[in-house]
Amino acid sequence: MIRLEEIDRVFEVGDQRVQALNDINLHVEPGEYLSIMGPSGSGKSTLLNVIGLLDRPTSGRYFLSGNDVTSLSEDALARTRRADIGFVFQFFHLVPRLTAAENIELPLMLEGIAPAERKPRVDEVLDALDIRDRAHHRPDQLSGGQRQRVAIARATIMKPAILLADEPTGNLDQASGKEVIDTLERLNASGITLLIVTHDQQLGDRARRYVKMVDGRIVTDQTRG
Amino acid sequence: MHPRDFIRLTGSSIIMHRLRSFLTSLGIAIGIAAVVLLTSIGEGIHQFVLAEFSQFGTNIVAINPGRVTTHGVAVGVFGTDRPLSMADADALAHIPHVRAVVPVVQGNSEVDGNNRQRRATVYGVGPDMPTAFSLTVAAGTFLPLDNPDAPRALAVLGSKVRDELFGSSNPLGSRIRVGGDRYRVIGTMESKGQVLGVDLDDSVFIPTARALDMFNREGLMEIDVLYREGASASEVVAGIKRVLTARHGKEDFTITTQEQMLDVLGNVLDILTFAVGALGSISLLVGSVGIVTIMTISVTERTGEIGLLRALGSSRQQILKLFLGEAVILGALGGIAGLVLGVGGAQMLTLAVPALPVHTPVSYVVFAVILAVVIGLIAGVMPARRAATMDPVEALRAE
Repeated sequence: MIRLEEIDRVFEVGDQRVQALNDINLHVEPGEYLSIMGPSGSGKSTLLNVIGLLDRPTSGRYFLSGNDVTSLSEDALARTRRADIGFVFQFFHLVPRLTAAENIELPLMLEGIAPAERKPRVDEVLDALDIRDRAHHRPDQLSGGQRQRVAIARATIMKPAILLADEPTGNLDQASGKEVIDTLERLNASGITLLIVTHDQQLGDRARRYVKMVDGRIVTDQTRG
Repeated sequence: MHPRDFIRLTGSSIIMHRLRSFLTSLGIAIGIAAVVLLTSIGEGIHQFVLAEFSQFGTNIVAINPGRVTTHGVAVGVFGTDRPLSMADADALAHIPHVRAVVPVVQGNSEVDGNNRQRRATVYGVGPDMPTAFSLTVAAGTFLPLDNPDAPRALAVLGSKVRDELFGSSNPLGSRIRVGGDRYRVIGTMESKGQVLGVDLDDSVFIPTARALDMFNREGLMEIDVLYREGASASEVVAGIKRVLTARHGKEDFTITTQEQMLDVLGNVLDILTFAVGALGSISLLVGSVGIVTIMTISVTERTGEIGLLRALGSSRQQILKLFLGEAVILGALGGIAGLVLGVGGAQMLTLAVPALPVHTPVSYVVFAVILAVVIGLIAGVMPARRAATMDPVEALRAE
């Protein structure tokens, strides 16, 4: 599913070179559940951005479902993101002026799917995430947990193969965080490949496969039985 | 993206910042209103002046002696220009399509009558003068068809001269002196009012040959030729040229058609309208700066949203269009509001100052709205480009 070969990512900050990713080799099979942990500045978010095609590696090769995506054009990358990758962020990133349902619809709108066709698909994810009664509320009328579930609904409406979550519980209380994790794990159980970047050791330990990064390198990569 | 979604996404942003959007559009609205109002006044004056000018009739060709040219050698070598004579005027009457020929001599002279004196403009004209210049005789008759070389001493008074000299008494048949010669009054004219500064009412009309003598002139000042409605001006001009060139041996006269005069006047007035429109455009420019400002702020505020849309797989083009669309909507809303203000203002002005001619042509209305949209588009380009070229990773980090 995901194959990273000798990935480097170097940032030029002023006249300093910051090596955010250093010779990363990673292979993720479809349906895997993987947590990426590490101290601040270890490159875990950069890794997630590269995997999510938001950032391009400085060198190395990245194969997604067998295709080399390192050399794709900007538009092709956008199309691939839209079809294959779902993002869940720490700060939800909901559009404040749109209702929950409209936020969920955004990827369908960008894809150009007619409004009539969208309705059943939106209803389906609203039901799956148990937020149907909040569909016509704006984000500021929702609790943190509900907001994150709307964000997850938006990330999954295109039925992507991969779900990338960057600190999905970082901004939630314990109970809401638990709900969100349950939701993500349920999605993983139904087949989606789940990558979670987190600080939270407890959360990190839940994943079957555990990757630890320090200074842009993968120092631990273990799969638990 | 579906047009409906496009409108939803851009429109919701405009509605969310109601006051801000309103004020931004107001800037454009004031600009468009100024342009519409000022050009309406300009166009009104344009039509007013042209109407004033063409009330003499539009099928007139004027011939003046002399020709405006520059010669390489002193003109004296070829002899001087021949003056336009009464015989020339007679000859022109036989050209096809010509209805009337009026030989004109104009001067200023003392007019005595009824024991009063007044300086008035004296026109030496032919009997066809009222036909050619759409003048109406109030009482009596106009100058009769006489022997053009030795006409009788008859005079027709303009309405103002009549009022000043004779008051309410009947001037017909009375004797007056014009420049020392005695004339008998046979008619008076209706008032025509001032037309572009020329007061035909403060005038006395006498036969051309007598005016030539009185002012001691060699030739006519002008010959006016009235041609039939529908006939081509160029054909008539060609006929005049042929006849006069044959008589004078060369083209030593200048022909001006009413059409040409109206064209020149129209051009001058177009420039006037354009100039006031340009003045109004200055406020439009200010309004467009407002759109640039607000859109720049909006892009900065919505950096996170831009990052999100990019993560969800929108192309740079889609982001560009969304922000351009927003700027265009702001411009268009302002344009429509400005139109209402401008046209409303023009109507109010007509009610308040009926003497001021105001006219709003439909083409200007359409142009104003298109202009507002184009301004929105141009003003939106810079902020929208900034939004479209943002690095999604950076954009997502902002919040």
